[in-house]
Amino acid sequence: MKINEVILQSVSKIVVFIILTLALYLFFAGHNAPGGGFIGGLVLASSFVLMLLAFDIETVKKGIPVDFKLVAASGALIVLLSGLGATILGEPFLSQSFAYFDLPFYGEVELTTVTIFETGVALAVVGVVVTIILSISEDV
Amino acid sequence: METVIIIVAGVLVTVATYLLLSKNLIRVILGTAILTHAVHLLLMAMGGFKGESVPIISDKHTTYVDALPQALILTSIVISFAVTAFFLVLAYQVYKRTNTDDLSKLRGYRHE
Amino acid sequence: MNNLIVLPMVLPLLTGVFIVFFKSYIQVQRWGTFILLLVNVGISVIILRQIQIDGIISIDFGGWAAPFGILFVADSFAALLVLTTNIVSAICVLYAMPTIGKRRETFYFYPFVNFLVAGVNGSFLTGDIFNLFVTFEVMLLASYALITLGGTRLQLKESLKYIAINVVSSSLFLIAIAYLYGTLGTLNMAHLSMRIAESGQTPLLTVISLLFLIVFSLKSGLLLYQWLPGSYSTPPTAIAALFGALLTKVGIYALFRTFTLLFYHEQQITHTLIAIMAGVTLIGGCIGAIAYNNIRQIVAYNVVIAVGFILVGLAIMNTTAIEGAIYYLVHDMIVKALLFLLAGTMIYLTKSEKLDEMSGLIRNYPSLGWMFFITVLSLTGIPPLSGFIGKVLLGQGAIVAESYILLLLSFMSGFVVLYSLLRIFMSCFWGETIISEEEETPLSKKVIFPSAILVVLTFALGFGAESIAPYVQDAAYTLTNPSVYINAILPD
Repeated sequence: MKINEVILQSVSKIVVFIILTLALYLFFAGHNAPGGGFIGGLVLASSFVLMLLAFDIETVKKGIPVDFKLVAASGALIVLLSGLGATILGEPFLSQSFAYFDLPFYGEVELTTVTIFETGVALAVVGVVVTIILSISEDV
Repeated sequence: METVIIIVAGVLVTVATYLLLSKNLIRVILGTAILTHAVHLLLMAMGGFKGESVPIISDKHTTYVDALPQALILTSIVISFAVTAFFLVLAYQVYKRTNTDDLSKLRGYRHE
Repeated sequence: MNNLIVLPMVLPLLTGVFIVFFKSYIQVQRWGTFILLLVNVGISVIILRQIQIDGIISIDFGGWAAPFGILFVADSFAALLVLTTNIVSAICVLYAMPTIGKRRETFYFYPFVNFLVAGVNGSFLTGDIFNLFVTFEVMLLASYALITLGGTRLQLKESLKYIAINVVSSSLFLIAIAYLYGTLGTLNMAHLSMRIAESGQTPLLTVISLLFLIVFSLKSGLLLYQWLPGSYSTPPTAIAALFGALLTKVGIYALFRTFTLLFYHEQQITHTLIAIMAGVTLIGGCIGAIAYNNIRQIVAYNVVIAVGFILVGLAIMNTTAIEGAIYYLVHDMIVKALLFLLAGTMIYLTKSEKLDEMSGLIRNYPSLGWMFFITVLSLTGIPPLSGFIGKVLLGQGAIVAESYILLLLSFMSGFVVLYSLLRIFMSCFWGETIISEEEETPLSKKVIFPSAILVVLTFALGFGAESIAPYVQDAAYTLTNPSVYINAILPD
């Protein structure tokens, strides 16, 4: 039986972008407020899951031709390297630092190395979650 | 508040134990998931609640809760998430290979 | 501040992640892992030597000072075990290369081995009890993946049991940590030890310690070993050897750490219980080792016996016995890996696991036969092989402490080990050969070479006992004097 998915598909086309925006917001909010790499990554992954639900796997794979195992691996790599980066400067493993910069148009912005670490976490979460979902759903 | 949470954790442990002892594989997995959630509640209760405080130091809040248990819970949630996901994939694979999710039919080494 | 001691955990993680990108380049995966493990061996030797000069080394992650941040601590005990872990896993990887099969290799076998090693090394080095939980989970997740890898039906069935029991025991671990944090308000092990000593280990703390005892007993197979023989005998040989050599040892390490550093005030309760559990484990392991006709099962039950034997040292709890237990722990990691590899090779050659389906192997494969014989001697503790010194010291400690029942049980278990393995030796290697020269599976040098290295190591450890003695003595001294550990972490 073919189910008509037109409503789900057209709604999710818009909702995916809202979710992605929320994910980015949560990701950057995580520095001083609830949020962060893990939660941002989970929300990001949920948008992929929504796409997988609304469309079939082949379409999504054609649209996003990325191996999510490698996404997870690169995320973990970023986490580890950002931890090891501190050791090169003689600081203890996983040390972080931050500084304030004056950017044009934005004014004073706080930039911190934790963001690199969090990027890694987010990528790892997205990679792992989507890999798990795909590995279950692929051969049904 | 602590009392309520502790009781809820106890109830969850009971449920988890019941599920863990059943013969259905999916129930066992759900049991382990519920057990970890019960433990998370316990961890939270161990940190104390202090009314409605949040684990953030800022100008708006005068009292704040110990943030460490929350960090522990977050770590543990991540781990249990990974373990449960892996366990579910495994259960699915087992079901595909053996066509059963009844644990008494999934006896191992000596019965093969 | 010394970043060196995070490397034994971080480097395997890094390599593991890195070689995921080389899925189809198996050679890169193989030798990347092997070279990494050799580098790790070098690093752990440096750490071990530095501890002798500077005392216990520790590092606070991100500069968050103890007791607030998480930290890694390397004392001689941890560094010795890290060293042995890396040596043994390097050799198991060497054995895996020709035997594990292409399918498993392309399905991320090597990354998982790296993660396993990272988890094991991390568990040895961490100085924070919650961090111990996390590194345990890293190790267990890798082991879940390894035990199901390749997924034969039997493997899947046994791994269900293994995973279920470990998930439940991890939850118990977390409960114990929650209670500990609720009562003492800290998770740093040195700080915990200090606060427990201040309170004189109240009954509440003793109850929590028993919860920890149950958790680590489940992980190490002390008394609660019923899951162990099944799950250790289904995966392929290289993986089983890694498990047999490393996984239970992490549980044993955790028991040693918690019951020498934290909960050592109520020994008549906790250590008596450990003694009883160790005794029952010895008896149960012996029964299992004699009862079965399947080589893999016999070998797996030998792991159980060793767990009981090592924990007798903890139960006796004097410096000599602990020294003996440490010697035996290092010895056992090497020899158990050897035993698993040899048993696996026998099964690979004869395509059978049953004792009565093999005979006269020594005519076909003399080198294998003699290596097996040396392993038997080493496990029984015949001088000059590596098992001897540990057994002597442990026995000495038992006599000093006047715990004659434990002494009797642990030495009787030696005879059972000898009997169970000689049974394999006699029925499989002696007698008329049933494999004619035409149908003989060729034994390639690549398969036998890793076992040969381990045989050399057991000799080296036996003859060179004198040279590692200072490290072992230092380790035992640190274990029996918690103040050394505490002062190194919290100087004031």
